Amino acid sequence: MKLELRFFASLREALGVSQESITIPDSVKTIADLRAHLIERGNPWADVLAEDKVLRCALNQVMVDANTPLQEKAEIAFFPPVTGG
Amino acid sequence: MPSPIRVQEKDFDISAEIALLRKGDPRVGAVVSFLGTVRDMNDGSQVKGMTLEHYPGMTEKALQEILDQAKIRWDIYQTLVIHRVGPLLPEDQIVLVVVTSAHRGEAFAACEFIMDYLKTAAPFWKKEDTPQGARWVDARVTDDVAMARWKKC
Repeated sequence: MKLELRFFASLREALGVSQESITIPDSVKTIADLRAHLIERGNPWADVLAEDKVLRCALNQVMVDANTPLQEKAEIAFFPPVTGG
Repeated sequence: MPSPIRVQEKDFDISAEIALLRKGDPRVGAVVSFLGTVRDMNDGSQVKGMTLEHYPGMTEKALQEILDQAKIRWDIYQTLVIHRVGPLLPEDQIVLVVVTSAHRGEAFAACEFIMDYLKTAAPFWKKEDTPQGARWVDARVTDDVAMARWKKC
């Protein structure tokens, strides 16, 4: 499955990446699976996306939880809790 | 009529925005607005300035969803959200929410609901410039608490 990844704010800076096209194996089915898959790349991914870090995730620009299934060609964004207003 | 959802670098004129929002609608008996501004102090540090990042596309969708929810919950007429992005200085205007209604109760509640949801659901992030260097602002637990109370209504 092909996905478009986006990273924002402190995550973007720590990873040094704002956007990336990725092809994932069939075993990666949910947002949580994708996070684990990226952690397997080692640092800085493992550190920035570690389980104990509080992150938010959006699928096609709508906030979703970790159990949400991925969709072909979806835009998946990871970011810290928001601080606007 | 300008868009009721605006994400922009440039400043805004609160009086002109309110006048425009209620113009031509004699049903309106209450206008409630919230203006957020940049403080020079946060978490014990002096703030010299800040930069606001957002997620273009999702920001507008998230704000639209919040305004739609407010219109379902309360008997209100017009809504407006303007949120600035980019570099800002202390005392600068950062966010404006305006709600019009026939009566103040509905307008007060809807305006507070919109701000509480914006604080937790709209993808904006602040990075402060302090004497100790630049730092990303952490989300506050009190923001989640403020948002959660609306779920019980």
